[in-house]
Amino acid sequence: MTDAAILTVEDLTIRFGAVTAIDGVSLSVMPGERVAVLGHNGAGKSTLFKTVLGFLKPAAGRLAIVGAAPGSNVARRAVSYLPEQVVFPKGLTGTEVLTYFARLKGVAPKAALPLLETVGIAAAANRAVGTYSKGMRQRLGLAQALIGAPRLLLLDEPTSGLDPVSRHEFYDVLEASARAGTSVLLSSHSLSEIENRIDRIAIMAKGQLRAEGSLAELSRQAGLPVQIRVEAAAGRVEAVQARLGGERVNGQSVVLTCRAEDKVGTLARLAALGPDIVDIGIALPDLDDVYRHYSGIPIEGAAQ
Amino acid sequence: MNGIDRMAAVATTEFRLAFRNRWVLLATLAFTLFALALAFLGSGPSGALKVDALTLTAASLATLTVYLVPLMALLVSYDSIAGEIERGTLALVLATPLKRGELVLAKFCGHLAVLAMAIAVGYGIAGAVIAAVHGYTDAGLLAWGRLLATAVLLGAVFIGLGMTLSGLPRQTGTAAALAIGAWLVLVVLYDLALLGAVIVDQGGAFTKTIFPALVLANPGDAFRLYNLALIEATAPIAGLDGLAHTLPFPVSSALVVLVLWLFASLAAAWALTRRIRP
Repeated sequence: MTDAAILTVEDLTIRFGAVTAIDGVSLSVMPGERVAVLGHNGAGKSTLFKTVLGFLKPAAGRLAIVGAAPGSNVARRAVSYLPEQVVFPKGLTGTEVLTYFARLKGVAPKAALPLLETVGIAAAANRAVGTYSKGMRQRLGLAQALIGAPRLLLLDEPTSGLDPVSRHEFYDVLEASARAGTSVLLSSHSLSEIENRIDRIAIMAKGQLRAEGSLAELSRQAGLPVQIRVEAAAGRVEAVQARLGGERVNGQSVVLTCRAEDKVGTLARLAALGPDIVDIGIALPDLDDVYRHYSGIPIEGAAQ
Repeated sequence: MNGIDRMAAVATTEFRLAFRNRWVLLATLAFTLFALALAFLGSGPSGALKVDALTLTAASLATLTVYLVPLMALLVSYDSIAGEIERGTLALVLATPLKRGELVLAKFCGHLAVLAMAIAVGYGIAGAVIAAVHGYTDAGLLAWGRLLATAVLLGAVFIGLGMTLSGLPRQTGTAAALAIGAWLVLVVLYDLALLGAVIVDQGGAFTKTIFPALVLANPGDAFRLYNLALIEATAPIAGLDGLAHTLPFPVSSALVVLVLWLFASLAAAWALTRRIRP
């Protein structure tokens, strides 16, 4: 955690009465870095964002944006925000909404309007926002957040409810901004969505930071088991289970769970069973399994 | 300088939205039609009296304004904070360098500009029509102008109250209910309660000392007393409002009451907005 960080969070604790929404979280975001906060509803993601914006006061810990206190003038100029659901006034056009926020941010509207092109809604710029689709509204929200090339983009579940193409283009725009030096802190439910789109991941659960690192690091550290599904020949399922152990999942199949490094050895034992086995399927842990592992949700179908 | 531009952006956007959703058109029509109805359908300018039509209509319109202007002012402002919370735009707006005090003041200015325009155009058209049909005197023009200006001040008070109520709940629906409740209490029930107390008191100490102060403390009544007292000073119309010429305070104290209400309501709106976690 150096002074060059755009966002520094140290031992942050936020309480609402008796409820601790954020419990001793430390996190930093470097210039041009894209960091995703993952967690299910109630994990503390939105609370973290609202604290970065200066809307909530920490019970303990420290938080700094480009070295300034959240909510201060310096911090407000450095940060741009986009929440999951924002409904702009239906009677205004896209151009008017963007002009409005440019003026609030002290940026010349003329400099901001090309952003409508950047997010791909220039054709609808002079239509009322009330006629926009959900995807177009979210693109307008992103254009609003990009006004004035902020140092830190704070995006709270920005892609929920977007179709896959819009989602893809959304991350393309973020990538271009990050290349230009803008840091991105976004939250999401899904790890598979942000694969290859994000430099670093922080997984939160129940207000605590459970893991932090690149996707590759997290997958390796998780050391999740490999599942091998063995389909036995007719009437031989008991015999197969007696030899291999594992768990019967239906009248015909046995599921074995082993560590990644034991996979080859286990397959060799399977081969020795010969005609008792009809088919073998191997399931490697996927990204959502990695996320579930760190957030403390039991992995589906895994033999514990 | 930046702060001024931010506030101008907020105020002009409020103004533009009120135009787009036809609120301005509706309010202007309402003000024009009610003023004309009083002038031509009512018993006001019957011709038998030696008072001009503008003065007479101003007197009856003062009473109607007490109901109409607060209602319109609350309608334009009840949504201003709660609506932005509900739509999620308050968090966006407050993430920019815009201060909460700037937001409250700018929204107030935007709403007031909308309401002032509706009142000026509505009462202006009605006044011009009355003057064209019945003729006019200087005193009549003065009474009409005074009514128009103080109606804007009364509207400003209720815009401030509407914004205060809008800063209490997080839902627009609750804010609307609070606004209607405030209108009922301040404009309708308050006077009824005072009249009831006067009847029970039968000319006792309450009627002589506390009652005038309580009447003056209500912004709607202060507005009406101010207009009626000055109209009756120039035109001897009997029995419009007994208190208007027996008021134990100088007439200008009614204006002071209105200005105090305005500052208090804006301060309350600002204080409540500071507490909000968007």
